[in-house]
Amino acid sequence: MASFIIRRIGQSAVLLFIMSLLVFVGMYMVSDPVAVLAGDDFTAADREALARSLGLDRPLPLQYLAFLGNVLTGDFGQSYVYNRPVLDLIFERLPATLEMVCLAMVLGVAIGIPLGIWSGLNRRHPATRAVSFATTVGYSIPNFWQALLLILVFSVWLRWLPASGRGDTVPLLGAGWSFLTIDGLRHMLLPAANLAVAIVCMQTRLTRSGTEEVMFQDYMMFARSKGIPRWRLVNRHLLRNILIPIVTITGLELGALIAFSTVTETVFSWPGIGKLLLDSIYRSDRPVVVAYMILITVMFVAINLVVDILYALLDPRIRYS
Amino acid sequence: MTEPQVPRFAGWRAIFRGHALPTAGLVGMGLFLALALLAPAIAPQNPYDQMQLNIMDGLLPPMTQTMDGRIAYLGTDSLGRDILSAVLYGLRISLLVAVVAVAAGITAGVLLGLVSALRGGWIDALVMRAVDLTVSFPGVLLAIMLLAIFGTGVDKVIVALAIGIWAQTARVVRAVALTEMQRDYIAAARLGGISEWRIMLHFLLPNSITPVLVLLPMAISGAIVAEATLSFLGVGVPITQPSLGLLIANGNEYLLSGKWWISMIPGLVLVAMVLCVNVVADRMRDHANPFLRAKD
Repeated sequence: MASFIIRRIGQSAVLLFIMSLLVFVGMYMVSDPVAVLAGDDFTAADREALARSLGLDRPLPLQYLAFLGNVLTGDFGQSYVYNRPVLDLIFERLPATLEMVCLAMVLGVAIGIPLGIWSGLNRRHPATRAVSFATTVGYSIPNFWQALLLILVFSVWLRWLPASGRGDTVPLLGAGWSFLTIDGLRHMLLPAANLAVAIVCMQTRLTRSGTEEVMFQDYMMFARSKGIPRWRLVNRHLLRNILIPIVTITGLELGALIAFSTVTETVFSWPGIGKLLLDSIYRSDRPVVVAYMILITVMFVAINLVVDILYALLDPRIRYS
Repeated sequence: MTEPQVPRFAGWRAIFRGHALPTAGLVGMGLFLALALLAPAIAPQNPYDQMQLNIMDGLLPPMTQTMDGRIAYLGTDSLGRDILSAVLYGLRISLLVAVVAVAAGITAGVLLGLVSALRGGWIDALVMRAVDLTVSFPGVLLAIMLLAIFGTGVDKVIVALAIGIWAQTARVVRAVALTEMQRDYIAAARLGGISEWRIMLHFLLPNSITPVLVLLPMAISGAIVAEATLSFLGVGVPITQPSLGLLIANGNEYLLSGKWWISMIPGLVLVAMVLCVNVVADRMRDHANPFLRAKD
């Protein structure tokens, strides 16, 4: 087991190294930061001086080594647009993304799991067919268009909720949080609902198929024939057996939600890291894009690593050679 | 002794008979395809031809008359462009990108999966590590990051989407091909001195392709949505070749002033198309699942 974990960590490290190389070379080939930063009145000499001050006149491998060294010491460079350290920018916006993603996950789980259990217990009920069709529709409506619908209905027509921005924030632990104020929550509700739709659909389907499978098992038949009341059947016997895969998928999905928040944040002008990524792509702000890619890669590689190791620890049937 | 079998691809009738919604989805898919192919013939105007646009016709709601007496059934945008025509041409771009991306991604995935299974060794290890790398990112984010590197354009969107698709296919095909390789007919073919290429393409490919065909509709609807999302965000197709996603983005700024049709109509078309593909995809997946088939 120990050797498996060590090898798995080694693989992740190699993966990260390759990704950093791909990202760096890719970004180097595309955008020319000198063209972005130089004013109209810049002469050729000014441009050269600018390139030299950014370290762009050195050979590519040297630039990469310098970049890698900086990254390992937590220095992602300065944003060309904001003229501030990139890491500060990202950590400043991370709370906005995190609180929205968490609210979306809570909404998704709180609606999806009960709905899925009910559908699984009432397979022949007409409402179950309606729920099943609704989840297909929910899957089929692209995330960004759901966002537009939410804005159209709740902001333009009903005028209940604001369509953009973050509202009032309260400083806590060195960052501003919206979930502590009524105004902030009102701003967060639409974007979180937007992200939650996909979660609700997925959780409903997952819970429903899990429930259907468990209800066919012999131990459920036995429990029912003992005359155990229905609520106890669900609480004690059903939930415990379907919850394991649901918890796993929910954990994995948290990472995917942070990635998907790029779309939601852009539509709702929610000032999180996803919007920062797209704004930086539009403005060719290379250090921010590179830092985002590296950090998101680290996050996903870490999530996959933890899941793999947990699986190996929890399930003795899995043998890795 | 009966061996566990990979289900062979059944005929369309066997899959869709008695299932009204998926059948409707299949018909809808055909309809959208026909509309996209026939767009130049049936669209009231060519939305790319500046000469045909009249700025006086700008922002007309649906079913109003234009200056030259036609009826703009679905309204016009700020430049006086007929929404119906724009949607028909946008449908072409959306479908073109999705179909080409899926075709390229699946072809690459099938070939790499087969080679991986047949050759094993370091080729297998390399391909599988590349698969792991690719699938560890959500599709849309991977595409955004790739487009941040490549820049925008129809060809670049196709490449970015195909890179998201090949890995899933390669993994599935490799797994199926590995079990197929244990069968006697492959051993017989090898003993018969048939070349590796021929074994791969004539023996292994037909017997490993079924799971890919089952996943095909899902891949297409995924690619349609991904392209629309990228174009909506402004990192997808260029303004000169507007897909449905870009039309929605263009109408977005008029949404808050109540001019809903400019972005809502392309959106409804997009959703209808994706819904059609998805009900077909669901049916095909359920049909391929023996556990569910037994319960029917």
